[in-house]
Amino acid sequence: MSFLPYVVAVWVCMVGLYGIVTSRHLIHTIVCLSVVQSSTYVLLLAIGYREGGAAPVFIDIPRNTPAVDPVVQALTLTDVVVGGAVTALLLAIAVQLEKHLNTLDPDELDPLRD
Amino acid sequence: MSDRPAPARRPGELSFEGRRRLFLAGAAVLGGLMLWGLGGLPDFDSFTPLYGQVINHVGVQETSATAAVSAVNFDYRGFDTLGEEFILFAAVLVLALLLRRLGEEHTTPLRKDPRRAHTTSAAVRLTCYMLVGPTVLLAIYITGHGHLTPGGGFQGGVIAATALLLVYLGSDYPTMQRLRPLSLVETAKAGGALGFVLIGLGGLIASGSYLQNFLPLGEPGELVAAGTIPLLSIAVGIEVSGGFVLLLSEFLDQLLVIKRKRDTAA
Amino acid sequence: MTAVQLVALLLVALGAAATVAARDPVRQAVVVSLYGLTLGILFFAFQAPDVALSNIVIGAVALPTMIMLAIAKTRQ
Repeated sequence: MSFLPYVVAVWVCMVGLYGIVTSRHLIHTIVCLSVVQSSTYVLLLAIGYREGGAAPVFIDIPRNTPAVDPVVQALTLTDVVVGGAVTALLLAIAVQLEKHLNTLDPDELDPLRD
Repeated sequence: MSDRPAPARRPGELSFEGRRRLFLAGAAVLGGLMLWGLGGLPDFDSFTPLYGQVINHVGVQETSATAAVSAVNFDYRGFDTLGEEFILFAAVLVLALLLRRLGEEHTTPLRKDPRRAHTTSAAVRLTCYMLVGPTVLLAIYITGHGHLTPGGGFQGGVIAATALLLVYLGSDYPTMQRLRPLSLVETAKAGGALGFVLIGLGGLIASGSYLQNFLPLGEPGELVAAGTIPLLSIAVGIEVSGGFVLLLSEFLDQLLVIKRKRDTAA
Repeated sequence: MTAVQLVALLLVALGAAATVAARDPVRQAVVVSLYGLTLGILFFAFQAPDVALSNIVIGAVALPTMIMLAIAKTRQ
């Protein structure tokens, strides 16, 4: 049962990859990419967790209480915000692509197709 | 969208069903390898990395910041936060470049749309207007108290950007346009990034290491405490809010203002 | 592992599958907003309030907005 967070992280990653491979709309692909990114957040936080640990905020609890790891939380927190901005960049690329090629179907976006 | 017929296959190209089966075979192998690798980790709830444990024990004394995550973000690993902040800066910069007005497009000025005042329901507009003030206050609170309670510049900056979105939802585009002069937004974004770099340089000048916490640390639990951590948090908050306001504005401009000639002719 | 964490993990697994299964991008924007909320609950259960705050603001508010704006532009 304590292996479940890792199983969920791998499941979310695989499901997102399946969505990317079988997608028929570029915006759907981009959202599935952000789902794959979220699987890494789950994995990072699962590594840092500790049984009975409190949140690493010591304003109202004594300083010696066992707390979960703050380093992985710091990594994940900046990752979430920056990942959102990069997803916005991908959406802008999709918007410009549609203007020039009139389609958002990945199967039709083959540059070698004549 | 999934009921459109697939384009004709070239000879030798994999069919949709073939592509799916190939992926499922590969995913089974990859998933199995990942699970086997993760099985070598210690138990989920018994192991915490040592670096985190050390920071939990000594962090509050050393930095006077009671929120260990902000202390890690802006003091112990401040250099990584500098890199992340510049990733966001670059992403928004490239987005603004991509969504600029191209040669064959023109901008149509939007006048105040009289229909919109009648089609947006009064409940939506009232709720949006009333929520703008508390949202801005919440953004300032979360940014300023980042070293005491969970929060910090990243979260507070995005909340500030959503306040502008509430203004647009409650009114119309020209009203929102008056509230976000683009030169101010771009100055804020660049100023925030520059502020972070300059505070780090202050640490370099004062004590020989870049981003060293050189201002006087107060008592843990006070608002003005923890040296440079709240200042760095505010710099990041300004930069992130400017970046996200610019991001949303570019999308809205593309949607409402920039039109191709064939769109207006149709 | 507490019961809250167990339920939150199962909801996240379900939410990810639902996000991928929603093929129409407009529907997917709504589902991804709910998925962001379930991730926020999971992060709270893992004692990470900063990450939960960050994820709720980005994944449940900013990301669906950007998706909707991009869809509206590409349908113009």
